[in-house]
Amino acid sequence: MREEARTLGGPILTRPFRVLAALILVAAILIVWRLVAGLGATTALSDAYPWGLWIAFDVVTGTALACGGYSMAILVYVLNKGRYHPLVRPAILTSALGYTVAGISIALDIGRPWIAWKVPLFVWSWNLNSALLEVSLCIMTYTAVAWIELSPALLERWQKESRLRKIAAKARAILDRSLVWIIAFGLLLPTMHQSSLGTLMVLTGPKLHPLWQTRLLPLLFLVSCIAIGYAAVVFESTLASVFFRRPRETEMLAGLSGAMVPVLGAFLAIRIGGLAIRGRLPLALAPNRYALAFWVETALMAAPLFLLLPAGRRRDPGNLFRAAMMMLLAGALYRFNTYLLAYRAGDDVHYFPSVPEFLITVGLLALEVLGYIVIVKLFPIFSGAPRRAVPT
Amino acid sequence: MRVNRRLLFKSLAAAGASAVAGATAQGRARPVAPPDALGLLYDTTRCIGCKACVVACREANATRPDTSNAPGRLWDMPMDLNGQTKTLIKLYKSADGRERSFFKAQCMHCVDAACTNACPLGALKKKEHGIVSYDPKLCIGCRYCQMACPFNVPKFEWAKTFPKIVKCELCRHRAAGASLVATGGFLRYPAGKGPACAEVCPRQAVIYGTRRELLAEARRRLAANPGRYVPRIYGETDAGGTQCLYISHVAFEKLGLPKLSDRPVPEVQEAIQHGIYQGFVTPILLYGLLGAVIFRNRRKAEAQEGRAGKEGGP
Amino acid sequence: MTPSDLRREGPGQAGMTAVDRRDFIRVCAMALAAVGLPYSAAAKAARALAAKKLKPSVIWLHFQECTGCTESLLRTSHPAVSELILDLVSLDYHETLFAAAGRQAERALQKAMKENAGTYILVVEGAIPTKEKGIYCKIGDRTALEILREAAGNAGSIIAIGSCASWGGVASADPNPTGAAGVPAILEGRKIVTIPGCPANPYNFLGTVLQYATFGTLPELDEKGRPRFAYGRTIHEHCPRRPHFDAGRFVQRFGDEGHRLGHCLYKLGCKGPATHANCPVLHFGEVTDAWPVGIGHPCYGCTEQKLAFRAALHETVEIERPTPPDTYAPIRSRQGRVSPVATAVAGLVGGALVGAGFMASRKLGGKPPAEGNGPGEGA
Repeated sequence: MREEARTLGGPILTRPFRVLAALILVAAILIVWRLVAGLGATTALSDAYPWGLWIAFDVVTGTALACGGYSMAILVYVLNKGRYHPLVRPAILTSALGYTVAGISIALDIGRPWIAWKVPLFVWSWNLNSALLEVSLCIMTYTAVAWIELSPALLERWQKESRLRKIAAKARAILDRSLVWIIAFGLLLPTMHQSSLGTLMVLTGPKLHPLWQTRLLPLLFLVSCIAIGYAAVVFESTLASVFFRRPRETEMLAGLSGAMVPVLGAFLAIRIGGLAIRGRLPLALAPNRYALAFWVETALMAAPLFLLLPAGRRRDPGNLFRAAMMMLLAGALYRFNTYLLAYRAGDDVHYFPSVPEFLITVGLLALEVLGYIVIVKLFPIFSGAPRRAVPT
Repeated sequence: MRVNRRLLFKSLAAAGASAVAGATAQGRARPVAPPDALGLLYDTTRCIGCKACVVACREANATRPDTSNAPGRLWDMPMDLNGQTKTLIKLYKSADGRERSFFKAQCMHCVDAACTNACPLGALKKKEHGIVSYDPKLCIGCRYCQMACPFNVPKFEWAKTFPKIVKCELCRHRAAGASLVATGGFLRYPAGKGPACAEVCPRQAVIYGTRRELLAEARRRLAANPGRYVPRIYGETDAGGTQCLYISHVAFEKLGLPKLSDRPVPEVQEAIQHGIYQGFVTPILLYGLLGAVIFRNRRKAEAQEGRAGKEGGP
Repeated sequence: MTPSDLRREGPGQAGMTAVDRRDFIRVCAMALAAVGLPYSAAAKAARALAAKKLKPSVIWLHFQECTGCTESLLRTSHPAVSELILDLVSLDYHETLFAAAGRQAERALQKAMKENAGTYILVVEGAIPTKEKGIYCKIGDRTALEILREAAGNAGSIIAIGSCASWGGVASADPNPTGAAGVPAILEGRKIVTIPGCPANPYNFLGTVLQYATFGTLPELDEKGRPRFAYGRTIHEHCPRRPHFDAGRFVQRFGDEGHRLGHCLYKLGCKGPATHANCPVLHFGEVTDAWPVGIGHPCYGCTEQKLAFRAALHETVEIERPTPPDTYAPIRSRQGRVSPVATAVAGLVGGALVGAGFMASRKLGGKPPAEGNGPGEGA
């Protein structure tokens, strides 16, 4: 039995809205400064570390966090676990918003954004060997696809309003017919680019520390992305229940976490197995920060495995939330380590994001959260009725 | 449903296997340098560190002197290649001071360059004479080339509002239209049209010519002076070969030249990418399969709900 | 009567006519070498000039000047040389060297201008005042402006010798009460060869005149009319103390250790890096090191209008085109910067968020409320 999704309703201009808006405003001002003064003046990037927070976090980790839509689509549409259906729309919303924010981050990070329009259009200039070309085309396309996948929710509401009714109805009809192929596309694209985000770092060759450099990078990135996707869904769902005073979806989340266990196991097996086969495990025992980072990352990935292994523990919302948080941190850390820590262009090179870099990232995240809050209030995203007026 | 899931996993496994197979198979032929590949040969035993090459490069490329490290901004003293420095003389000194060598840093113009593989729109591309050339009209400033280059050559103009990638291009802008002529055993341009550094060097410590000629010259020098040099030409096979070659009296790692295998940097990554995406076969197959599975599942779901008398649809 | 005529007859000029042809060629060679012409040109010059009718007429005007340029031309260690110089050209008017005065001199000037109309070399020494119609310099009741304009009218070529004639010199120093200006500013549009310097190095002048006299051409000039062979480089570019500059060995005060060792005078305000001249390679008075830096005083930029009599003597000047020092970049250098503020804030905020998350998760713990019933829990 499927519950209708409905709008959350409630006031838009709440205090959290204002706080988030303030953060976005600060970021907007800094963005203008970044565009005018250049990257050198606003970021801590340098020739030694040309990729920093915005790539490692906003793009690489951010898109993985936004892969809730991807993970849910696999469960619901491919593996046909219909009972998770209520989790799909919120996840797609996060995907759409997350990828849009990642797109903004890319636009900010590249040094010559006025040439960016040539990437999708200058087909004759495409360097088909470039993994980055594939990643950027996929991300551009998937952002569009995510919004298209979300559009039924938007159209549902617009169908009720007189002015847009006809257009909405027509669009809805087209969508209904082609939704299968759009969803399939929405499954293909993340598979392609999330794995290619791993392939990107393969090209750095000897500049990437051997504990991270491997041909298996694409596979590891893909598997960890799926795991992060699920964790993100648990995380969001719990937060939404709490902040919007909605019923908990613990039953569904418990089932979901059951799916996370094999994924985590697969990641750990591939990671450690891969190192063992190539004889690199001794590097993990060296007394340096690389070994330490490896252990922290692995521990954060392994701990949720044990937390979620006993079926009973999956029903404890606190436990679920902690496990999800750890998985998110693990996935993020794995990406951070691959893109930042393990990348060494020299012996005496340093990077730590500057304050403006952080503030812009925070502002973009605030934009994502704000978008989420506003859209769930105005459009039918959540299933199941709220029980009382929503303060946030 | 079971059949579908099994089929899905099987095909995913097949795709994965083909990717791994692609990554291990040497199906991709290694690129070779074009016959008229232009390059440089730098001999550490001849360099006196006069830096005429640095100054000549500035004039030929109209790059501004970098006084940011100089007390009182009195001298042009960059500490490394950067957005305004395309070549630089560095000094290696051993800890006890007994071993010394100068080292000229500039783009290596690799035969199979990592940067040209990385660049999404091909702003960095090997053009005439195998010179790795930069076209700002196709550059989005993503800096993937900086991540990819094992020699850390491409530099970025961080301080500019409209930045570019900056690196040696063997003064190809001077050569426009001129042709190579046999000059003293090497094919060269008329004076003023070749790489400025090689033309100005008072000791012929850095010379230019075609890669073939330079390799022959380097081999001749190594053979004629057995005790003097490290018995290897750096760039002959390193990273698949580079067009800028080095012979030295000290170990190459001490000069900052990384220890690289003979495998070109892009080989592994290309194997993975081509293994998966060759002819778009795998993506299309996967797409078709996913579509079929989802279609089947939706049909089933609708049928179920139809039976239960409720309306369905995602 | 010209100085040449006087010389043959005048008293006290012992051994004049017994001047060696070899010496003659040697001087020609020196002067022409300064212009960059080969040694073989010297013999050609000697032959050309021996024929008296090829001696170019030179009319030399003096205005607001100290006569230093003339004196510098005459100050040679070998008296015979100045005579030889006078023998290479026909010096038809020169107030300092004339025996004549008054109306005789005036008539000589008019005669020279008429007889050599279109071919004479007009040499101007000294600045020309322009305020109040130029009354601040008058010779024979005519202003310098008038005299110059008249003389320039039929001149074959015009050479401004010294900074005063080139751009105004000391007379034009602030507040420039007479409106002193150089010849190019007065005779706008005409090609003027300028030989700035205070004084100008005589061999720069000589080389130019000799080339013109022998080959009828002027040396290559820059945009200010200065011969490139002399003014194409800055002092800094061929200074003998340059290695000290490149090594960072500077004199800090007059008389200190560095000064005694001959270190670079940049910090004492040497204007060498911004001054175009060839003093380091062509000393004055034919005495080695007879130029400011050579004797231990910073150059004050006497050829440059922006520096001489304008910039403070001991104020340092910007380096036009910085070049590498004599030190080297290391094989590996430190790159990138880490802001302690960013690190601290990031650490605090990150830690706070993770901590908050864990605290929140505790509150969520325990049996979940039955779904869909009863009030939900706030966090």
